[in-house]
Amino acid sequence: MTVDARPNLPPLSLHVPEPKFRPGDTVDFAAVEVPPAGAQPRPDTAADPASFHELAYTLVRVLDDAGQAVGPWNPRLTPDTLRQMLRDMALVRAFDERMFRAQRQGKTSFYMKCLGEEAVAVSATHALSRDDMCFPSYRQQGILIARGYALERMMNQIYSNTADELHGKQLPIMYSSREDGFFSISGNLTTQYPQAVGWAMASAAKGDTRIAATWCGEGSTAEGDFHSALTFATVYKAPVIFNIVNNQWAISSFSGFAGAEATTFAARAIGYGIAGLRVDGNDALAVYAATSWAAERARTNQGPTLIEHFTYRAEGHSTSDDPTQYRSAGEPTAWPLGDPVARLKDHLIAIGEWDEERHAAQDRELAELVKVAQKNAEKNGILGHGLHQPLDSLFDGVFEEMPWHLKEQRQQMLDEETASGRPWARKK
Amino acid sequence: MSEAIVSEEVGVSEAGANTRMNMIQAINSAMEVMMARDPSVIVMGEDVGYFGGVFRATAGLQAKFGKTRVFDTPITECGIIGVAIGMGAYGLRPVPEIQFADYIYPALDQLVSEAARLRYRSAGQFTAPLTVRSPFGGGIFGGQTHSQSPEGIFTHVSGVKTVIPSTPYDAKGLLIASIEDNDPVIFFEPKRIYNGPFDGHWDRPSKNWSGHAGGEVPEGYYRIELGKAAIVRPGEAVTILAYGTMVHVVQSTVEDMGVDAEIIDLRTLVPLDIETIEASVKKTGRCMVVHEATRTSGFGSELVSLVQERCFYHLEAPVERVTGFDTPYPHSLEWAYFPGPVRIGQALKKLLKD
Repeated sequence: MTVDARPNLPPLSLHVPEPKFRPGDTVDFAAVEVPPAGAQPRPDTAADPASFHELAYTLVRVLDDAGQAVGPWNPRLTPDTLRQMLRDMALVRAFDERMFRAQRQGKTSFYMKCLGEEAVAVSATHALSRDDMCFPSYRQQGILIARGYALERMMNQIYSNTADELHGKQLPIMYSSREDGFFSISGNLTTQYPQAVGWAMASAAKGDTRIAATWCGEGSTAEGDFHSALTFATVYKAPVIFNIVNNQWAISSFSGFAGAEATTFAARAIGYGIAGLRVDGNDALAVYAATSWAAERARTNQGPTLIEHFTYRAEGHSTSDDPTQYRSAGEPTAWPLGDPVARLKDHLIAIGEWDEERHAAQDRELAELVKVAQKNAEKNGILGHGLHQPLDSLFDGVFEEMPWHLKEQRQQMLDEETASGRPWARKK
Repeated sequence: MSEAIVSEEVGVSEAGANTRMNMIQAINSAMEVMMARDPSVIVMGEDVGYFGGVFRATAGLQAKFGKTRVFDTPITECGIIGVAIGMGAYGLRPVPEIQFADYIYPALDQLVSEAARLRYRSAGQFTAPLTVRSPFGGGIFGGQTHSQSPEGIFTHVSGVKTVIPSTPYDAKGLLIASIEDNDPVIFFEPKRIYNGPFDGHWDRPSKNWSGHAGGEVPEGYYRIELGKAAIVRPGEAVTILAYGTMVHVVQSTVEDMGVDAEIIDLRTLVPLDIETIEASVKKTGRCMVVHEATRTSGFGSELVSLVQERCFYHLEAPVERVTGFDTPYPHSLEWAYFPGPVRIGQALKKLLKD
């Protein structure tokens, strides 16, 4: 080793990012810049993305500290729409709470909450058309709920029970619903990004009017698929909305491991010449406004938009990790952008369209709704009580038609069952 | 030089008149026929549009069908396959080209975890009816990045079919069947024989397809069912299983040696035509498997296992396996790597000595 080869220079050093707070640390988010609501300009949807680069570095915000909707991004929604959004978000929360507990009770193998991120999926879905195609990641259960998908059907999937429409083939919460414009969720990260672009390109090539929207976390923007998707989207001006849910944490890795120390995630758009917005992801109105702006751009052939939703993952990544092992327990409550449900509620109260009593009553009603759905779903079985799928369905759907080698393996499995002396159900 | 292909199932009514085609022309014709028949068929890939592909396989298609159905893509194989999957979910039937099989690895996650699994994981709500065309194999002095045979990577994956033609006639019929298939198909094109069959003697003049029965190709629509092998030379002494370029190398070697071998061109690796293989090995009692790909965990290992599982008591000698070596595909020493007539000949002698 030639130690003194460059005596006039200090030795190289490797920078390994480190989050500001670890377990036991006192949390102080003073360094998080939160610009005032209403202060961000809203460009025309036909504007050149190069003319509003600053929107990738600020935060588009609508709800101010007094709960009023202010500024050019105010989507001016009717009270009925606002109440429906609030209800959907609260329902997502109630659903999460109950299913998380169901996992802890051993009723299923796995669950993922979206606590604190409800606005990102629910508001965006309200801003999209019912027939627009969504390519979600695993934390956008709010899309299905906002589209009116029955809770019981979601639970059937979570329990892999006899009524599970995915026939027990997928990990809990990896929903799929073609008729609801909800693409099959993959556990492999950001694979859905280029797929959304392909769907959007097909829609454009066919002269359709529908657009695509997709979601990924900030951590998985590091995947090659993310960059492949942005390249394809800008090349063909695909009618697609890219959502980056920047919830600060990828399991135990803070956003610095995806590049957050150097710049914003919305700024990724700039290098591709794509419209980029950085949005207060806990501001339901800002998320709605940004999504409807991006949807209008897409629908008028202005091309793709990348939206970074700046939010905070208030719970663990999934039921499989304990966040207090890697981050300060004080973070969720200290997060300066607050709770998206409380902020929308406060807004409705501030404009005289809601009150605490109605809210409390709604929470009770939603908790009951979820409870009833759970009871009904559990009539179809729970994962903890064994396997509910017919044994011979294991080989279904590998191919459209089953080739000989799978038929042989299926027979082997059935022979094993006979040998085991523990007969399982068969297809009817 | 060869026997006519003897096991065929062809819909003749729409096939039309025969014409001479090389394999590139036959592949081009398959896409043209399918694009004309089905507006959901689209072709995409690096350089496939205006230019018509680096091997000219898509020549003329953009001019005929327009830029929204035949277009160039960015150089990101992950993106090409991911986008094709999304188009499939919309209802299109994409035929993406990966310019060389050696470039397919950036697309592996999209192929293995997405395209291959979509039908299963969504209980049939979404499917990935893609046909991924890609030139593969060596013998063209392409070095390690333009010569590989990665078929064994895909035959190991549940949910994809792997198809490899060995003549222009088969290439067209199999490609049409692949495009019509509702599951993802990896369609590897043996580029050494795009322009003519190859006998394995690199130092002899190259041939074109005009002297070969497989170069007679119907102009219209016909399909060769996936999962059906072809007996390209019936024989009694030994069964030889091969596909792609190696079918021709084997054929030439066998004829030079005067061995009465039964040569089976697998054509589809998954799903495999096990019946044809089994019947032949039980008849001849000897078996050799040949591929150009590297040896360890190659598709040949699967073939050997299947043969010994099903035909063990009919075998009169251990099954021989002739393959490329477990090295990167070399440039200057290409013909030392290639499983040519000498390697095949030695294995045949060993197999037939008792």
